[in-house]
Order: sequence, then structure tokens, then C-alpha cells
Amino acid sequence: MENKGLFLDRGIITMIIILCVIPFLLQNSFHYEIAIMCMLNAVICIGLNMLVGYTGQISLGHGAFAGLGAYVAVILSTTYEFDPVLSILIASVVLAIMAYFISKPILKLEGHYLAMGTLAVGIIISIILTNEDQLTGGPDGMGVSEFNILGYVFENDIQWYVLSAMFLVFSIWALQNVVHSPFGRILRCIRDSETAAKAIGADVPYYKTYVFVISVVIATVAGSLYSYYTGFISPEESGFMRSIELIVMIVFGGLGRIYGAVIGAIIITALPQFLTFLHDYEHMVFGAIIIFVMIFMPKGIVSIFDVLKYEKKKEIKKANS
Amino acid sequence: MVELLQYSFGGLTVGFIYALVGLGFTVIYNSSKIINFSQGEFVMIGGMAAVFLTYADFPFVLAFPMAIMLAALLGYVLFKLVSLSSNSSVTSLIILTLGYSIFVRGASQVGFDKQMHTLPSFISDTPISIFGATITPQAILVIVVSLCIVFALYYLFNKTKLGKAMLATADNKDAAKLVGISVKKILIMNFMISASIAAIGGIVLTPITSMNYEIGIMLGLKGFCAAIIGGIGNPFGAVFGGVLLGILESFVAGYISSEYKDAVAFVVLLLILFFFPGGLFGAKKSTRV
Repeated sequence: MENKGLFLDRGIITMIIILCVIPFLLQNSFHYEIAIMCMLNAVICIGLNMLVGYTGQISLGHGAFAGLGAYVAVILSTTYEFDPVLSILIASVVLAIMAYFISKPILKLEGHYLAMGTLAVGIIISIILTNEDQLTGGPDGMGVSEFNILGYVFENDIQWYVLSAMFLVFSIWALQNVVHSPFGRILRCIRDSETAAKAIGADVPYYKTYVFVISVVIATVAGSLYSYYTGFISPEESGFMRSIELIVMIVFGGLGRIYGAVIGAIIITALPQFLTFLHDYEHMVFGAIIIFVMIFMPKGIVSIFDVLKYEKKKEIKKANS
Repeated sequence: MVELLQYSFGGLTVGFIYALVGLGFTVIYNSSKIINFSQGEFVMIGGMAAVFLTYADFPFVLAFPMAIMLAALLGYVLFKLVSLSSNSSVTSLIILTLGYSIFVRGASQVGFDKQMHTLPSFISDTPISIFGATITPQAILVIVVSLCIVFALYYLFNKTKLGKAMLATADNKDAAKLVGISVKKILIMNFMISASIAAIGGIVLTPITSMNYEIGIMLGLKGFCAAIIGGIGNPFGAVFGGVLLGILESFVAGYISSEYKDAVAFVVLLLILFFFPGGLFGAKKSTRV
């Protein structure tokens, strides 16, 4: 299938419709918070999925990148009174440059080594954020200035909902275009066989770095927006568990599947909120659910749809014969 | 000079715990090529179970074996879960073990509690002075116990038939099956041994650092660093890596900044990965296309 330029398929239109309907179901500010958190996590996951799911390079440090990016933006706009949008832009550039330099040595690693390498970078970042308390407010975190785009102030939940939803739809649309482009095909080729990619003349390190930088920038933007929304940031948002949460989201949803990352992000973000009635048993149940999905649906939740499709095809075949 | 010695003692004690975690990790990795992210939780379970059994008035001689058995049982459950998972991609197995660690942590939050706990020292509390630096008998016990485990493992792997069967399984599962080794049994044993080693580490560590349900995360991660620094899959590398990390960490805490001591393991890990990608004692690896 050849796709050029603008590309809207059934999936993305369904997504837009769902996003338009959801606000009618949200009753209070807490519901909005969960919805916005889900959407911004989904955006980070889309970027991470491009790196892990499509290019096959695992990163256990993306939570830290998102957190660091958010800190850069927030410190610029709160402490130095920069314009919030400008702060996010500067943070993106800073993080992009950092990701570029980190990616050079780190993306040479493979498999377990890459996992441990990115994990190490993430933990170092989070330790720095916790300890440089004159700058970051230390373990207690810091308050964040209000967010505005060219003077238009974001103050209620609906504004934030619309902004996050637009960002999410844009990300899905962009990823879809990337995946179906020659660029995306080379990424998948690198995932399936790096040697093959080299053999057809692809500059593998260039592509890996490219995707790594993009995913870090996406994480930065989504992370900063989330901090502006909650009005607060703490080093916990850059911690090891945060990075793990992100990777669990995409694997849970389905690696290398556009909606896999989105569905995974929504379920893993919202689930703990619904499990709070279990009180102390919450973590146990959460862990058990992850184990269960990994054992019985190792290709992620979206693989259910594949099975359904397959069954349907079989039925059609039966009917025809 | 006294300072240096003092820091070294502190470093050695913690270092051997990292070494034990790294060893446990190596045992599982060698036999099944699985990175077990719940290794640190076995340390925690060992320590916490020992504490709570002691609270329940069990004497040490009973409480400790029971705590170790509990950890071994959890190791067995992990093996069952891993072998249930039909798909064996690296990432989904990593997530599986992460899920297991969240589960174990959650379970110990409920089964035990969220407080810090400690045990009285096993021998005596009077510190021993060596060239002006002091070391507690408990710290010496940690070092001695760890060394015993290292040598026991060495003996197991090199001198016994069982150990050789384990090495054969690690090397080539199909070939091991052909010569009549029950691969499944060997794997179960490896998982249980690995969990037990970690639990022993947790028990002897408890009087020194105290335990709570969250302590396993950092211990586990640093244990991995130790194993990778030494060269993934090399038991002696893991011990060396652990001790090296412990001592470096203690020096950094003493001479540079105690806030950044937790970062040491990860900085060293990155340097090793960049400059010696196979670890310090790792075998050169070539990939088949």
C-alpha cells in the first residue's frame, strides 16, 4: 500500500470520535486527571514504541528522560520566568542534544546490555535530580508556573483535555506516516536483522540515533505538559519505576503496534486508580495482572484483536467454500 | 590510612552482598538466559521473613532455614511462571520478572508490613579494632558467609556431577537432554539455589542495614551491575564486580559525596559497557547471522 502525505485511516478517525465522546463521561476533576494522564502517557509510549517496538532497541530509561526534560522546562519557566512554550522548546533542544551524545556509545550495545545501559543512564539522571536541590527542589519536588500559549492561559480541565487529545491524535498520525514510509521500513528491518539492514546499505547507527532522539523529545514534551497540568514536579517522575512503567505499558499493549502503545498506556495508567479499592493488595494484584498478560498474551493486549480477525476470516472462508 | 581501611571494611561488607545478588543472577542467567529482575526481592524476602519469624519467637536456627526455604519456594514459583510463558522474547521475559517483583513486593507489604525492621547481631556487638579501624563481628560474618557460598558454588560447579550437569545444561540444553540430563530439574534447582543465595545474603545483612519491603529494588539493580561488570554469566566475575562496587561506593561516600554514592554502581557500569562491552572477565562474543 502506497501512502503519501496526509493519511487518515479508520483507526485514527475512531480515535478522534472516542476522544470527543469521553468528556461527556467524565464527571469530576479526578476523572479528567486520569484521562489526561492516560493521554500524555500514551504519547510518550508512542515515541518509545517507535524505538522499542519498531526499531528493536529497548530503553529502560525513558521515564528519566521525560522527567529530566520536564525539569528543564519547568525550571526555565518557573525560576527564570521564561515563556512556557519557549521553555518546552528549549528543553526539547537540550534533551535532543543530550540524547544525541548518549546514543552514540549506548546504541552500540545490544539486548540485555542495552537494557542495563539505558537503565543506568536513567538512574543516574534521577539521582542527580534528587540531589541538586537548589535547582530542583530535591526529593520534595517543586511547584510549577501556570501554562499559557501566547498568552492564552490553560486553567481548567477541559482546556487541558483538548490540548492532550490533540497532541495524542497528532502523535498517532505522525507515527502512522513514519511507519508506512521507507524510513519506517528500514527501522523494522533493523529490528528484524541489523546485518540485513547494513547489507542493503542502511546507515544503521544514523537511524538508531534518529529514532532515539525523536523518542526522547516526545517524552520531554509530554512530560513537561504533564508537569504544567499538575502544577507540581518531583524526582519520582524520573525514577526507575517510572521508566519500568513506561516499558510495561508498551509491552502490555503490544510491541510494534501503533494502538498497542496507546491501549497499554491507558490500561496501565488507569488500572491502579481502579485498584485503589483493594488498598494494600493493589500492588500484588497489579503485579499478578502483568504476569498473567505476559504468560497468556505475550504479544500484548492488542493480539486479542488479531485472534478475533483470524476467527472472522476463517468463518468467511467456511461460508465461501 | 585508618580512614581508608575503615571505608574498605564498610565497602567489603556491602560489596559481598552485591556479589551474592550478582551470583544468584548469574546462576539463573547461565541456565536459562533470563535476566531476573526480581533477584533483589529474594534478598528482601530472606531478610523480612527472618525478622518476622524471629518476632514469632522462633530461634535463629529454625527461623533462618525457614526464611531461606520461603525464598527458594518463590524461586520455584518464578520458574513455573517463566516456563508457562510460551513466548521467549527477551523483552517479555524482562517484563514478566518485573511483574513478579512487583507482586512479591506487594505481597510482602501485606504479609509483613511497611516498617523498617532489624535483627540483633548474630554473634556479638563489640566492634573489633584492626590497625585502628573498626569492624563489627556481623560484618565479618557477612564476608565469611559470602565467601563460603562462593566456594560452595565453585565446588558444586566444578567437582560434582550435579554441577557439571548444570554447566552442560547452560551450555547446550538439547545436548544435555541427549546425554540423559533432566533439564527441567536442573533449571528448577538453579532457580531455587539462586533465590536461596539471595535470601542468605538478606538474612546476614539485616542486622547491619535493616530491612523493609522496598530494599530489594536497589540491591537487585546493583547486583546486576556487579554481574555485568564482571562479565555476564561468569560467577567469579560477579563476585569481583560486587566487591569492587562495594568498595568504590564506600570510597565515594567517604571522600567525595555520600549523596552520590548510589550513582557509583551505574557510572561504573556505563564505563564498563562502553570500554569493555563483554565485562571485565567476559568471553569474547561473536554473533551468527
